[in-house]
Amino acid sequence: MARTVQFRFLAGHEPSNLIDLPWSVPLEHWDHPALVRRTRGQSRHVVRFVHLGTKTFALKEMSEHEAHKEYGVLRQIRAAGLPVVEAVGLVTGREAAEGGALDGVLVTRFLDYSLPFRYLFSIEGGAPLSHKLVDAAVVLLVRLHVDGFYWGDCSLSNLLFRRDAGSLMAYLVDAETSQHRNPLPEGMREHELEIARENFAGGLLDLAAQGMLSSEVEVLEVVNMLLERYGLLWDELTGVTEIDAREKHLIDQRIRRINDMGFDVDELVMEHDPAGDRLRIIPALVEEGHHARELRRMTGLEVQENQARRLLNDIASYGAYLARVEGRAPPPAVVAARWIAEVYEPMVAQVPEDLRGRLEPAELFHELLEHRYYLSEAAGYEVGNDTGLRSYLDSVLRFRPSEQALFLED
Amino acid sequence: MASISVKNVVKQYADGFPAVNDISLDIGDGELMILVGPSGCGKSTLLRMIAGLEDITSGDLFIGGERANDKAPRDRNLAMVFQNYALYPHLSVYENIAFPLRLNGNFSDDEIRRKVEEAADTLELRDHLERKPSQLSGGQRQRVAMGRAIVRQAEAFLFDEPLSNLDAKLRGQMRTEISRLQRRLGITTVYVTHDQTEAMTLGDRVAVLRKGVLQQVASPRELYQRPVNLFVAGFIGSPPMNFVPAEIEGRKVSLPFVSFEVPQEVADQFGDRQLLIAGIRPEHFEDAALVDANDLSHSVSFSAHVDVTEWLGNELFAYIPFETSREIHDRLKTLARELDSESLRTQLVVALDAGSRIGPGEDAKLTFDASKMHFFDPVSGDNLTRELAAVAS
Ligand SMILES: Nc1ncnc2c1ncn2[C@@H]1O[C@H](COP(=O)(O)OP(=O)(O)OP(=O)(O)O)[C@@H](O)[C@H]1O
Ligand SMILES: [Mg+2]
Repeated sequence: MARTVQFRFLAGHEPSNLIDLPWSVPLEHWDHPALVRRTRGQSRHVVRFVHLGTKTFALKEMSEHEAHKEYGVLRQIRAAGLPVVEAVGLVTGREAAEGGALDGVLVTRFLDYSLPFRYLFSIEGGAPLSHKLVDAAVVLLVRLHVDGFYWGDCSLSNLLFRRDAGSLMAYLVDAETSQHRNPLPEGMREHELEIARENFAGGLLDLAAQGMLSSEVEVLEVVNMLLERYGLLWDELTGVTEIDAREKHLIDQRIRRINDMGFDVDELVMEHDPAGDRLRIIPALVEEGHHARELRRMTGLEVQENQARRLLNDIASYGAYLARVEGRAPPPAVVAARWIAEVYEPMVAQVPEDLRGRLEPAELFHELLEHRYYLSEAAGYEVGNDTGLRSYLDSVLRFRPSEQALFLED
Repeated sequence: MASISVKNVVKQYADGFPAVNDISLDIGDGELMILVGPSGCGKSTLLRMIAGLEDITSGDLFIGGERANDKAPRDRNLAMVFQNYALYPHLSVYENIAFPLRLNGNFSDDEIRRKVEEAADTLELRDHLERKPSQLSGGQRQRVAMGRAIVRQAEAFLFDEPLSNLDAKLRGQMRTEISRLQRRLGITTVYVTHDQTEAMTLGDRVAVLRKGVLQQVASPRELYQRPVNLFVAGFIGSPPMNFVPAEIEGRKVSLPFVSFEVPQEVADQFGDRQLLIAGIRPEHFEDAALVDANDLSHSVSFSAHVDVTEWLGNELFAYIPFETSREIHDRLKTLARELDSESLRTQLVVALDAGSRIGPGEDAKLTFDASKMHFFDPVSGDNLTRELAAVAS
């Protein structure tokens, strides 16, 4: 029986020439000018990338049932504001030219500046990187669990990493086994961690077998760190603290500690004991992005949490500098506006066309600050922004691959 | 290894929906139990409660005789087979099986070697231990994943729709492998599937669930021959059992295409009901032209207009439309929805010997064995004649 190919696309994302792709051919046999190559993780399904118009998409061929399911849950995770690839479409009802049904295709937006773990290990193979990967995964897992999502397949291959001012931020890329539950049962969290621990170990041992992991990395230690750090963050964000009812300042302290970890407390539950002299405080609603939101409010810039911290610090020191040279401190909103116009944008504008796309602007700014710091230290005096930038472009950035749409032959 | 029992187990979600509703089930030590039912019947929830991923709202879970409701998943020592079967391309088959054991730190290298080799023998992977996963066939790779579960020496294996992502050929092959492995290891196993064929070919016993309620637990043969109700009867068997309205008058039963008399002991079960649903499996029809007249003792003969035929090589399917009352039509529509089946059948499907000459558009002479048919109460769906159903081999 003839099947009807159906394209279901999120409004605003339907690439006009998508219909012209060779849907009657299994994805692995495509030979089409829109195909582009990207460095990517291991997968059981066929995953390929196409560039249409101004956007790049990842296509994953899987049974229609699975595709529907994954599409739905990816959208749900995204709607909760969590870091996940953006599912934009679903293609079903495909039929091979010679007859016979073909699997469905899940379409996601290619995540710009996302880096698979193997690439990261190919440039820095040591223990600090493993710890950064663990930290990034921990933040993602805790955020998912706080919002009631079970993942079920946390592994190095199913994470994409974005640089975040010296640390990394993890995005979820494969949600086949995910489900939303409210609240998430304790057993699911425990099980999730066991799976993650085993998968991380497998991924690291695999790298080691390939000679890509420096010998000082203790796999067991790294994967146990995943459990420990998860436990710490989870407790800090969700744990109940009991305080003396007269010591209300301890409430602020608790909130500040959570803020320092990059989270906002949107809702706090407080309970008096019957006698009224003890107070239990329970963060009921926490959300990652404390500094990112503050920066967005001040400048309109959309960046990741650690980048935001970094930029906020730079804004603060720019404010101090203005106060010094101008004799009085401008109000914070003015400082932020002047920092954008006088520091950030000029710097970004000076990066030559051919070097843009190697790093996100905020990340580039972070690296530039680092670079200038080392130059200054070596020189014994404060190196200026322009000199710093020129040196950074010529001695660092020029030798980096374009990470916006990474592709390296292996 | 251990037995698993659930007693009056309930799972109620926060929204009040009872996903599992008062289920009691004993799974013997070494038994392979299948949980089957259409999507949303509660089978996966029940499995996840056994695994410890899902809290138990009420009721008790026993593993090896010990109450396990409050045990953390890892302390239950059950293996969820295949949920985590990424194979690592640069690790040998040996390492792919062994590495999870190293993580828990309780085993010496010698012990690990012994366990892995033993598992490899069971799985016929011994000669492949030094290879890389890419050098294995699809089936062998699945076996490596099973190896990871075997070396853990779990109390039981849990499978949650493990084959649903595989292509048809590999699926058939894996089904056989799982069954062989389970028997060889004698390990208690709970296996969830929505596919009744899989359930029927795999299980010692099969538990059929519907909307969180256990319908029947029995051997595949018993489910096929003596289903407790309309739901089980319609769910088990492929193509599914035909359901037709049956008007009752004493011992006389009138189907849309034939009337006949049933023995008194059968009629006794009807009570004062005047309308029933009769169930006849497609394979219990025969082409009258091919039946020896001597074999017709239980048979009812009739002629009917054949709409379409399908010749499958070993069988011939003939489709015969029939009229039904509004009441029965509505009941069957609800049933079709519950069974997740694509369409409501208002036509008989009869499976005939491939030698049959019956063609489309013909009036065909057919017979069926009345002793193998079932009568269901149209309201409750109960099988009224289950106790009397012939248990033929
Ligand atoms: N939207 C995207 N943006 C960037 N990279 C992507 C995207 N989607 C997929 N990828 C890349 O493709 C790889 C494979 O995708 P994915 O993990 O979804 O496949 P899979 O077959 O489901 O994997 P598994 O074997 O774990 O089930 C990922 O590791 C990632 O590197
Ligand atoms: Mg994946």
